Amino acid sequence: MSAPHLLAKDFEAPGLGLFEWKPLFHIGSFAVAKPIVLCLIVMIVVVAFFWAAFAKPKLVPRGAQNLGEVLYMFVRDEIARPFLGKDAEKWMRLLVPLFFFVWLGNIMSVIPFAQFPVNSRIAFPAVLAALVYITFWVVGVKHQGFFGLLKNATMPPDLPKPLYVLVIPIEFASTFLLRPFTHAVRLFANMFAGHLLVALFATVGFHFLFEKLTPLGAPVGVLGVILTIAMTAFELFVQAVQAYVFALLAAFYISAGLYADH
Amino acid sequence: MFLAQHVAGPLAAENQNPNPLLPDAAEMVVGIFAFLVVLFFLGKILIPRIQKALEERTDAIEGGIKRAEEAQAEAQRTLEQYQTQLAEARQEAARIREEAREQGAQIIAELRDQAQAEAQRLVDQAHTQIDADRQLAFTQLRTEIGELAIELAGRIVGESLEDEARRRGTVDRFLDELEDRARAGA
Repeated sequence: MSAPHLLAKDFEAPGLGLFEWKPLFHIGSFAVAKPIVLCLIVMIVVVAFFWAAFAKPKLVPRGAQNLGEVLYMFVRDEIARPFLGKDAEKWMRLLVPLFFFVWLGNIMSVIPFAQFPVNSRIAFPAVLAALVYITFWVVGVKHQGFFGLLKNATMPPDLPKPLYVLVIPIEFASTFLLRPFTHAVRLFANMFAGHLLVALFATVGFHFLFEKLTPLGAPVGVLGVILTIAMTAFELFVQAVQAYVFALLAAFYISAGLYADH
Repeated sequence: MFLAQHVAGPLAAENQNPNPLLPDAAEMVVGIFAFLVVLFFLGKILIPRIQKALEERTDAIEGGIKRAEEAQAEAQRTLEQYQTQLAEARQEAARIREEAREQGAQIIAELRDQAQAEAQRLVDQAHTQIDADRQLAFTQLRTEIGELAIELAGRIVGESLEDEARRRGTVDRFLDELEDRARAGA
């Protein structure tokens, strides 16, 4: 746990240790730490909610189905359709799980006792980004052919010939090499930094109001508490936005595989 | 201890300077497993169901709209039918009124003709009666005038006329003369 530094004589800001968890228990050769438990909880909650909402869908929706439909239509209208058009319905089967798996993983950051964004561990965004990257390749080769995909992705039409010398390496690197990393790191870094900030302000509040209560330090502690609350609210927003962006980019990458002219 | 180090991947928890950009192997395995479970339940089972339900709802709404349009068209047709029938009925009524007026006029004309004929007949009958009466009166008057004249003449003249035939002839001639005079005077 990250607690020991709080007991230090002078204030010490939380560091990278915040993201390192000792194993809680072992199953066979698996060491199960907190992020893994949270990830499995996310899995169960997502499946349970959508099971409650869509297992027996009614023509006139009731209860959970109402909420489920609102969420479903958000993903369909804001993420799938703008990029995938008539193919949106088919790809909703990937985009809905992706969006909610990421979003709930992020939300774990503000759930009492969980209080840790699953996606601040790079492993989780990495496997999701890898899955999208593989999907992009499979769909791209299937619809455009291997060389078609390379050509369409790296050679935008209607450019002066000499420019291709510059454009082709840049486009190749951005599309085929950097994309999966930027895709994963964007989500990871946002969750990582957000959690670090909230933890910093919470630590300030705790340190100056409880550990070392002094007339001079108390206002700083109060400020820390206020900023913790404000940052938590801001994090709620960032968590939703990052899940949206992650799914949006997934839809965009898949559309780049499906259609030649992008 | 060995297991913990093994599954923690490149980053053991006791590492003092952990690199947050290096993924943990166990987390990657759990991450892909958890996502595939979600993908299976949502992608294979639940999303097709809700898509089917949404499609059916769209069909139901479109069907409802179509039925409403059909009902409206039906109502429009019925209304036009009624209006046509109403117009026909009005024409029929107007035609019947016109006929009745013509028949009335005809009946009045016939009655008037009949009345005139009847009146004419009565007038004619009266004329005939008058003529007959006049003739009768004339005949009686003639006989009486003759007798009176003879009686008067006998008294004046003082002589009786023996010859009946002669006497009658004289009177008749006298009366004829009178008649001729009257006719000439008229």
